[in-house]
Amino acid sequence: MAHQMEGLIRLDGLALAFERDGTRTEVLRHLDLTIERGEFLALVGPSGVGKSTVLRVIAGLAHPSSGRISVAPRADGTPSSVAMVFQDARLLPWRRVIDNVAFGLERLQLTKSARRARALEMLDLVRLEALAERFPHELSGGQRQRVALARALAVDPDVLLMDEPFSALDPVTRHTLQDELVRIRAATAKTVLFVTHDIDEAVYLADRAILLSGSPARIADERRIDLPHPRRRDHHALVAATEHIHRRFAGDSYADGDGV
Amino acid sequence: MARVNRLALALLGLVVFLALWEAAPRLGLVNPALVPGPSSLPKAFVKELISGNWGEAVVGSLGHYAVGLVVGIGLGAIFGILTGMYRTIEALTAGVIRVLRPVPGLAWVPFAIIWFGVSPAAAVFIIAVGVFWIVFFAAFGAVRSVDRDLIELAAAFGYRSGWARLVKVVLPAATPGILVGVRTALGQAWMSVVAAEIFGVAGLGQRMMQASSLLASDIVVVYMLTMAALYGLVDIAFLGLSGWLTRWKA
Repeated sequence: MAHQMEGLIRLDGLALAFERDGTRTEVLRHLDLTIERGEFLALVGPSGVGKSTVLRVIAGLAHPSSGRISVAPRADGTPSSVAMVFQDARLLPWRRVIDNVAFGLERLQLTKSARRARALEMLDLVRLEALAERFPHELSGGQRQRVALARALAVDPDVLLMDEPFSALDPVTRHTLQDELVRIRAATAKTVLFVTHDIDEAVYLADRAILLSGSPARIADERRIDLPHPRRRDHHALVAATEHIHRRFAGDSYADGDGV
Repeated sequence: MARVNRLALALLGLVVFLALWEAAPRLGLVNPALVPGPSSLPKAFVKELISGNWGEAVVGSLGHYAVGLVVGIGLGAIFGILTGMYRTIEALTAGVIRVLRPVPGLAWVPFAIIWFGVSPAAAVFIIAVGVFWIVFFAAFGAVRSVDRDLIELAAAFGYRSGWARLVKVVLPAATPGILVGVRTALGQAWMSVVAAEIFGVAGLGQRMMQASSLLASDIVVVYMLTMAALYGLVDIAFLGLSGWLTRWKA
């Protein structure tokens, strides 16, 4: 089935295991997953299930034990690129905000003024241009995550990989940033792969939500959420999808004897 | 108010110290030829200044100090960073370090003299050896404790080669730790300067030894205070530089 689909990113039979103190732990076993161009896909599941591992493999930060990752090239034949937003913003503390945003641009053939212009444009997009000359320690958690998002968008990636980017924020800031992401995604039409353990968040943001569960992780549920953005958080379709995933989530946890 | 009080107490302590120092030889408690009072120092200082000895000694010592520091800090930082970045280099050098590290800096004096004679190069060598180890371990530790997440971040943005990692993350992240080592080295190097010069290399230490052999104890004290003053100036200048380099810290 998966082989016939024309996705931007395709994972075929992905497996990943690591060994520590002689014990072999399988994180992923034969995972198939396709991410369509332009899609917002959420990977949801309990902490430690291996959602982030999937992102790390796609970003080239972890190497699968077996299986294949294929990323379709762009229309002009050049390879597609990915950029990552981490849970902790991971700003470089010695760089001002604008230089953090320009970080990924420094290996491209760009003049310093072109990098600066691009970084300012991205700061404008996340509504932080006023703080361009600040150092990271002068920012709030939400502002830091906006900078991290601007840094990822600056390199104009084909796919935006987001690893629980809002989970460390307070609920009000989290909602604000979710709405910001919806707005920015509409403006940039990026393909997004978004990892979260928050089912409400997944359902609110995504076109499609996939529940990963068990050890090694497998796809326990998949919901398509055909609802245009911006959405109302209390829309009955969202509530229904959330309910459904919650039930699967709870059922699987019970079956695994895992009280997550 | 507390600040003013502290300053006043510090000044008071200094005045009491100078008063006791002045009183001891005047009251005949100690031989004035062995412990010259502070009031005798300005005259001795002016004499050294006019003869040109003071200026020559200061320039000589600062020269050894600067060159020894640059060599020691440069090599210590380079080797410390490489050893911190690559486990293979760490393993390869572990044995050598274990043998050489415990050798006190001054134990290199005989070799310094054999290799370089009683020359500025010998002084530079002794200073650089002491500085090297301090900066080496500071740089090694600082590189080892660089946040792994930031290195992963650099990799995620395509900075995967050793050089890219060094320039984009390791060096800036390790700078505060390396600077702590450099500050310690500034003090250590000053000790080495005097030690090397006591063995005859021209500078403050040598001039001090000459004065002591002539029992000119007031001149000895002038040079002791000169060393304290120069070190104080170097430390203040370094704190300024270091504060500027780490201005991004909270």
